[in-house]
Amino acid sequence: MSVSRARWGHHLGYRLGMTVLATGLGLLLVVPFVALLLDGGPGAIWRGFDCSLTWPALRLSLVTTAISTIVVILGGTPLSWWLARSRLRSARWLETMLQLPVVIPPAVGGIALLLAFGRRGLLGGLLERLGFAPSFSTLAVVMAQTFVAAPFYLQAATLAFTRLDPKLLAVARSLGASPPKLFWSVALPLARPALIGGAAMSWARALGEFGATLMFAGNLTGKTQTLPLAIYTALEIDLRTAQALSLLLVGFAFALLLVLRRINQTPRQRERRGG
Amino acid sequence: MKADLRLSLTLEYAVADFALRASLQVGSETVALVGPNGAGKTTLLLAILGICTPQRGYLSLAEQVLFDAAQSISRPTEERQLAYLPQDFGLFPFLSAAHNVAFAIACRGRPVARSRRRQLALEYLERFGIAHLAARLPGQLSGGERQRVALARAVASQPGAILLDEPTAALDVSAREEVRRTLHASLHELAIPALMVTHDWGDVSALATRLAVMEAGQLVACVAVSEAQARPPTPFVARLAGATTKGC
Repeated sequence: MSVSRARWGHHLGYRLGMTVLATGLGLLLVVPFVALLLDGGPGAIWRGFDCSLTWPALRLSLVTTAISTIVVILGGTPLSWWLARSRLRSARWLETMLQLPVVIPPAVGGIALLLAFGRRGLLGGLLERLGFAPSFSTLAVVMAQTFVAAPFYLQAATLAFTRLDPKLLAVARSLGASPPKLFWSVALPLARPALIGGAAMSWARALGEFGATLMFAGNLTGKTQTLPLAIYTALEIDLRTAQALSLLLVGFAFALLLVLRRINQTPRQRERRGG
Repeated sequence: MKADLRLSLTLEYAVADFALRASLQVGSETVALVGPNGAGKTTLLLAILGICTPQRGYLSLAEQVLFDAAQSISRPTEERQLAYLPQDFGLFPFLSAAHNVAFAIACRGRPVARSRRRQLALEYLERFGIAHLAARLPGQLSGGERQRVALARAVASQPGAILLDEPTAALDVSAREEVRRTLHASLHELAIPALMVTHDWGDVSALATRLAVMEAGQLVACVAVSEAQARPPTPFVARLAGATTKGC
């Protein structure tokens, strides 16, 4: 008894300081979510769902993020495989450049997309002749999402491929594995958990994308108004609608985090495919 | 009846601050490659495999030229038919033992039907006495068992020569003797050139007929094992042969 009482006073300054600082930041991060969930009460929030903006936005968000995530995976996997294996200086430069969309403001990304693919943009004339007018269309939504979300997948995938045990790859090649076989049958299975994690982060980023979408695709209900844009619009009409839509987004994000944690906890792959 | 296979190589390879120079001819025998850490033994293996490309040199297996800097010939690793057994066995962790072996069969020049692959894989595992482990993943096997799966897989790829990197270093003492016996029998049966990097005199005496010594990137001596024991060519070899337990 007397021992624990004596210990209580030890390092009081240190423990108090750490507690206050940690609690301060923790509260700032957690309280807004609590408010989102509880403010107004369940009845008011439920009524908020019943709005003409809700279902078109939800449908659009799910469809466009699915497409953009697929595009990111299809294009990002070969690109990161090359980046991981290349010794060229230009590859290192490219790696840095490909991370730019992460550090610039999304609105800047939107403007850049407009200048590249908009009607009066760099490739605008060419695209128009081919029959494409991407700006302010659903295609623009997918493009904006892909632009901001791709770096997340690229970074995870490049890291995963770089970390592959070179001895395993050497053994596979010595056994006679051609480059396609090496990629499909050895590298991909080994990198799969990290690739899935990267794809999940990419999808999350695409789901939350706002600035670039607003600039490049506009805010047209049913056509380019994704969930984040709908929340922005709903704020002018009805706070509870904005709250309901926000809860929807948070719900998706939370489910995603849970899935990610499950994936990272699986110690072994029980794959039986091979040969 | 096997034709006489010869691994003949002269390589010059500059890495960081030292140049690797080795000239070696290996017949249907096992040559042990020894030397202090950093001497370049693993680099030599990787250069033979084709993972690193030397600046100068010539490498051929039987009548086939694998590398010739003068003629700008460098066959890719997957075409060299050189089996590689790294220190940690190099088994694919996501494939069962049988599927690991089947992988080698699937990569052969002449394609084998899928149904036949599994049967063949089991036959190879049977040869090494581990057919009962066919469905196990490498993580569920002991060190000695893993080494035998790796060996079965290497043999299944029908190699022209085999490169081993410290084959018993990752094993505990009891497994070592058994693996040495298995290796001895297999290498004898395969009758192909084998180059084995090792720090362990037990490996040398059990498996090798000749000893190649590397120091600071240079191949400085190549003598018969019996000769090396009686008259060690370098102080390093004397220490290695003299140590009754595992060498450095």
